[in-house]
Amino acid sequence: MTTLSIKDLHVSVETESGTKEILKGLTLDINSTETHAIMGPNGSGKSTLAYALAGHPRYEVTSGTVTLDGEDVLEMSVDERAKAGLFLAMQYPVEVPGVTVTNFLRTAKTAVDGESPKLRTWTKELSQAMKDLRMDPEFAARSVNDGFSGGEKKRHEILQLRMLKPKFAILDETDSGLDVDALRVVSEGVNAAKEGSDLGVLLITHYTRILQYIRPDRVHVLIDGRVAESGGAELADRLESEGYDRFLVSA
Amino acid sequence: MTQTLETPTGVPMLLNGRQDRTRSFDVADFPTVNGREEEWRFTPVKRLADFFEDAGTDAKLTVSGDLPAGVTVETIDLEAARAHGILEPEDRPAAIAAARAGGVTHYSISADTELDEPVIIRANGTGDDTVHAHTLLTIGANAKATVVFEHEGRARYSELFSIVVGDGASLTLASLQMWEDGSVHLGQHDALVGKDSSYRHIAVSLGGDVVRLNSNVRYAGPGGEAELLGLYFSDEGQHLEHRTYIDHNTAKATSDVMYKGALQGKDARSVWVGDVLIRPEALGIDTYELNRNLILTEGARADSVPNLEIETGDIEGAGHASSTGRFDEEHLFYLMSRGIPEMEARRLVVRGFFHEVIQKIGIEEIETVLSEKIEEELSRSVL
Repeated sequence: MTTLSIKDLHVSVETESGTKEILKGLTLDINSTETHAIMGPNGSGKSTLAYALAGHPRYEVTSGTVTLDGEDVLEMSVDERAKAGLFLAMQYPVEVPGVTVTNFLRTAKTAVDGESPKLRTWTKELSQAMKDLRMDPEFAARSVNDGFSGGEKKRHEILQLRMLKPKFAILDETDSGLDVDALRVVSEGVNAAKEGSDLGVLLITHYTRILQYIRPDRVHVLIDGRVAESGGAELADRLESEGYDRFLVSA
Repeated sequence: MTQTLETPTGVPMLLNGRQDRTRSFDVADFPTVNGREEEWRFTPVKRLADFFEDAGTDAKLTVSGDLPAGVTVETIDLEAARAHGILEPEDRPAAIAAARAGGVTHYSISADTELDEPVIIRANGTGDDTVHAHTLLTIGANAKATVVFEHEGRARYSELFSIVVGDGASLTLASLQMWEDGSVHLGQHDALVGKDSSYRHIAVSLGGDVVRLNSNVRYAGPGGEAELLGLYFSDEGQHLEHRTYIDHNTAKATSDVMYKGALQGKDARSVWVGDVLIRPEALGIDTYELNRNLILTEGARADSVPNLEIETGDIEGAGHASSTGRFDEEHLFYLMSRGIPEMEARRLVVRGFFHEVIQKIGIEEIETVLSEKIEEELSRSVL
């Protein structure tokens, strides 16, 4: 079991009107058997948390710590974080024309593991994962995200999650823009990844809908860059009926 | 927001009549070049002074290569070359190259010859003296061949390359610019494409300080197909310029131009100018041209100018696309967040970018050389 520990994290971004602090002292512990949902209204800092953990250069950590079993994550480059076991399923994955999904996945797997995957098991596993995610086999020969629909991009992110087998997955609004069927398929993909091995999931979402498919152990409400309240799955149910209003009024 | 490499920047412009441009074997018909002329305005003419001077040297490239049965080479005079119907030079260096070459090196592929293997001719430069050359490649009716000219070493080279494709023939001609640093190469590759024949011209420019290639096509009869492919990778201080000109002067012909280039390093430059002229008699033709550039670092500049001049509306199609994109933070972040180190990420994106044109080349020897050379270029990358 591995623990991802975030302590008093402050993160700023450069905007046209100057430096803006988005995360203002966020503290959170999660271990690799758990699923935590991070919920909150727009602008509360959910995506900033995701990008800052993955090491996007636009997000500057001004203070606080992030450790993975005691290892300083903030000292690591973006690729080192992936090798250490962090995975970010992105809301807006970029297109990489001319690079096939197969080639991309194999390159990433080789980079993460430090050795190329065994061809036979790899191919088998990949086709199974694609089947589970209801992805057509011809998908593997397409260029990464090039001309993918919104739903295809999300499936492709979860396909990577399944194949790369990280210790922690941060899902940045993976549910956005998905219809009910796609949401179920993508959620099943995440659950399958969890069944296979220890996988901690930080599920970032605006809506409670996805939590019907992926049950969280903990729910954290993010308001104005801090965790305003934490609770069990029942907190999500309460948010479903009440919304974020009570937090915003008191804030 | 989804990041893509496809940000359109090229703006189509009307030509000031491409067919009005001077064509002549007489050097005196071309005034000396000052760099303000439309066709020279992107070119660093100061670095090319010797190519504008009507003076010869004895310098030659060292040429080697095995010619299979059905292919011959001999030196002929300009009169004999012109009897094949070759097109005239279009600028001063090309006229000087023809005038000072000391004869025309004529490669001839006889009619009905079918070559399974590419003919590879290596042209090696050995010094800084200006070299002039006039080459003629003729392929007889219904013959089929692939010819590769590989340019290596160090040279200041100016050439007129005349190509005549016989009726029903199929020719792929590749010109690889693998020059060492310090080299300059000016070239005009002019093809006359026969009735129902197929002509593919491939320009690959990786080496040399300055390369400026004009690749032109005109048709000798209806039904001709021309495909012009180009790939270039410009490094710090390098100027790689490619100009294509398709003169649709017959009915029922097609042309397809695809040039892709990557740039990295301070003052890495590339220029692509794609001219297409559709004359009134070019009924039912179909043409498309595309240029894409990928800028890998700050300080590089790519110019991309498609020009379409249409004198008849009765055609199948005429299109163009031009864009210059940047390898940006978002690409790098996405790939690195999957554990792929920065260098490898760049490689992946560049290989992917070139994939579309490399797969069209379809010549194994070139593909091998290309992937090696592109790796080499990338490992020189200024990170």
